[in-house]
Amino acid sequence: MADVALQPDRVGAKQPARNRSGLQRALKRKSTAAFLMTLPLIILITLLVLYPAFYSLHLATLNKSMQRFVGLGNFEFLFKRDTFWLVVKQSCIFAITAVFFKALIGFIVAHFVHNIPAKGQRKWRGMLLVPWVIPPAMSTLAWLWLFDPSYSAFNYTLSFFGIGPIPWTGDAAWARFSVILVNVWYGAPFFMIMYLASLKSVPEQLYEAAAIDGANWWQRIWYVTLPMMRNIIAITTLFSLIVTFANFDIVRILTAGGPLDHTHIFATWAFRIGIEGSDIPLGASVSLFMVPILAVAAIFILRDVNKRGNES
Amino acid sequence: MSRKTLTRRQFVAATAMSSTALIAAPYVRGAYAAGKLSIGFWDHWVPGANKASTDLVNEWAAKEKVEVTIDYIPSQGNKNLLTIAAEAQAKSGHDIFAMPTWWAHSNADQLEDVSDIMGKIIAENGEVNGTAKYLGTAGSKWLGVPACVGSQIKGPCSRIDLMKKHAGIDVQAMYPAGSEPKADNWTLETFLKAAEACHKAGFPFGIGLGETTDNVDTAGAIFLSFGAHLVDAKGNLTVKTDEVRQALEFYKKLIAFLPPDVAAWDDASNNKWLVSGRGAMIMNPPSAWAVAKRDAPQVAEQCWTHGFPAGPKGRFAPYLPYFWSIWNFSKNKEAARSLLIELSKPAAIEKMVVASGGYDLPAYAKLTTLKVWQEEGPPKGTLYHYPNPYNHQTLSIAASPAPPKIAQQIYAQATLTKMCLRYQQGEAMEKTLAWAEGECEGFMRS
Repeated sequence: MADVALQPDRVGAKQPARNRSGLQRALKRKSTAAFLMTLPLIILITLLVLYPAFYSLHLATLNKSMQRFVGLGNFEFLFKRDTFWLVVKQSCIFAITAVFFKALIGFIVAHFVHNIPAKGQRKWRGMLLVPWVIPPAMSTLAWLWLFDPSYSAFNYTLSFFGIGPIPWTGDAAWARFSVILVNVWYGAPFFMIMYLASLKSVPEQLYEAAAIDGANWWQRIWYVTLPMMRNIIAITTLFSLIVTFANFDIVRILTAGGPLDHTHIFATWAFRIGIEGSDIPLGASVSLFMVPILAVAAIFILRDVNKRGNES
Repeated sequence: MSRKTLTRRQFVAATAMSSTALIAAPYVRGAYAAGKLSIGFWDHWVPGANKASTDLVNEWAAKEKVEVTIDYIPSQGNKNLLTIAAEAQAKSGHDIFAMPTWWAHSNADQLEDVSDIMGKIIAENGEVNGTAKYLGTAGSKWLGVPACVGSQIKGPCSRIDLMKKHAGIDVQAMYPAGSEPKADNWTLETFLKAAEACHKAGFPFGIGLGETTDNVDTAGAIFLSFGAHLVDAKGNLTVKTDEVRQALEFYKKLIAFLPPDVAAWDDASNNKWLVSGRGAMIMNPPSAWAVAKRDAPQVAEQCWTHGFPAGPKGRFAPYLPYFWSIWNFSKNKEAARSLLIELSKPAAIEKMVVASGGYDLPAYAKLTTLKVWQEEGPPKGTLYHYPNPYNHQTLSIAASPAPPKIAQQIYAQATLTKMCLRYQQGEAMEKTLAWAEGECEGFMRS
C-alpha cells in the first residue's frame, strides 16, 4: 500500500506554493499522521521513563554524597557484598518460581474455564480475574493479616487440626514461600486470561484431526495445544518475568525484606539502601542491576518468537 | 493618524518625575507583603493534633503578612522520606521541612544553618538534649530546629497489674507520678528476671527483633547500656569488643522469653501486643496506650510509661527527634526563621504537646514538666515520667555515637537486631561479629 497520498504535479506553480504543497504532502503521509498521533505518548514516555532511566544511570555513577563521579565504583562495591549476592539469588528464586507457578496454574485454570459451557463461562472468567484487578498493595495488606505473626487467621484455622503455629513471615523459608504464594495468587489470573484467549484461537479441526489419528488427551496437549500457544506462552512469560523481577509492593508490605534479609529482592533492597539509608547512588545501582538480567531474558525470548514468526 | 514624538527633554523630565514619585510614595503593606512560605510538616497520627500547628502558623502568618501553605506528609509508607529525597534532588519544594531523625544530617549540605536562631531558642527554653545535638548539628552548624511534633521516647510501657502479679514489680512505686524515680534496682538483670516470670505466666514482653525502627531502637538502647558500639565516634570499627559480646549474650537470654515470632515484628506488632492484653510490657511512646484508651480501656487503665532498665554502662532510652529544617533553596529564609522562632516559644510548644495528648516531646531542658504529662490518664500520671523529667536516663539513638552518616546505615539496615537473631539462631559469636564488621566496613564508604 502506498504511504504517500497521490497529488497531481502542478507544473509551473510558484516556489512558495510548491513548499506549501510539500508540507501538505508530508502531513497527508500516513507515517507523519501516525507520528503526530503518538507524539503525546512519546513525550510522556520520554519524560516519565527515559529521563528517570538516564537519570538513575547518572546517579549510579556518583559517590555516596553525590559529589564525585566514581564510574562503575558502586557496582564494584556491590559485587563484594554478601548481602547483594543474597539479594540476587533471592530475586532469581522469587521471579523464576513465581512465574513458573503462575504459568502452570494459569494454564490449568484456562483449560478448566475453556471447557465450561459458554453460558456460564463469563461468570467464572470474571471471578477468576478478581485477584488481578485488586491493587496489589491492598490485597497484600489482607494477606499480611492472614499471615500476621501473632494473630494469623491461617494459624488459627490450622490450630483446630493440631497444626502450627507456622511462622509465615518469621522464618526465612516460610517467609519466601509466603511472598511467592501471594505473587502467584496475584499474577496467575493474567496468565489464565492470556492462555484462555490463545486456547480459543486454536482451530477445532486440529483437535478433530488428532482425535481421528487416535491421539490421547496428553498427546493433544503436547502436539496441538502447546505448539499453538508457544508464542503467547513466551510473551507472557517474558512480560511476567520483567514485572516479577521488579516487584516491590508485595515483599515490602509482607516482610519488608526480613527476616535477616531473606526475602529482599532488588527493588526492596534498593529502597532500603537508597531511601531509608540515604545512599541514593548505591540504591540506583542495585535497581539498575536488574536491567542486564532482564535484557538477556528478553533477547532470548523475543528472538525465539521472531524465529517462529518467520518460519510460519 | 498623527504621531506625537517625544523629545529628549520631555523624556528626561518624565523619568525624573516618575523616580521621585516612586521614592517619595508612602509604603503600602499588602495582604502578603512578606512573601510566600511553604511548609512540609509531619502528618500527626493523633486526630486533631495537626490543627494546633495550623493555628499557630496561621496566627503568625496573619501577623507577619506571609502567605503560607502547609502540607501534612505522613510517615506511613515512608512518604516523608520519599518527599525529602525528591526535593533534595530537584532542589525545589517546601521552604521548611520536618526532617525525621537522620535526615537532617543526610541532607546537611542542602540545609540552612539555623545556629543564629538556635541561640535565642536555647536561651529561652533551656539546653537541648544530647541526641538532638548529635542528630541536629554538623560541626558548629545547626541543621534544623528540634521540633516537638513527632519527637518521642520509646521507653517501657508496662502493665501495672501483670508486672506486680507475675514479676513482683510495682512500676508505679518505682516511677511515682509527681516525684523522682526510685528505680535503682531497675536494672537489665531485674528486667530479664521479670521477662522470664511474665513469659512463664503467659504474658511475655512484646519486644520485636524485626528490621523496623521500634525493634532497632530497643536494641540500640540495650547495646548502649552495655557500652556496646559497632563504630565509635571517630569512625573506628569496635564490633569485636567484650561489650558487644555481653550485649549479644544478654539478648540471647532475653529472646528465649519473648514471643516466638518476634523476628517478624514490625512497628505495629508491639502496639497490638499491648492492646490485645497478651503482654506485660512493650517499648513504645504512648501511642499504644492511646489506642488502648479507645479500643481496650481496661488495658489502658493498667498501663504505666516509665524509664528504661540500667545496664553496666548506664541507663539509656531511645529518643527519636524531628527537626524543622530550612532548605537552602528556600526563597524566603527570613520568614522561615521567624516562623521557627515562633513555633519554638514555650507557649506554642505547650499547645502542640497538649494537642498530641502528651505524645510530642520538646528537646529542651525547661520543657519536660508540662502539666499535660501530669494530668493525662487513666491512670492519672501514666505519662508523668515519659518526658524524662528528672534526666533519670540518657536519651539516645541506636548506632550512636558513630558518625551519623555511618550510624544511619547501621540503623536502616537493622544490623543490631540482625546480629541478635543470628547469634540466637545458633551462629557462632565470632561469625556473627565478623558478619557485622563486614557490614559496617561497607557502611563506611564515602
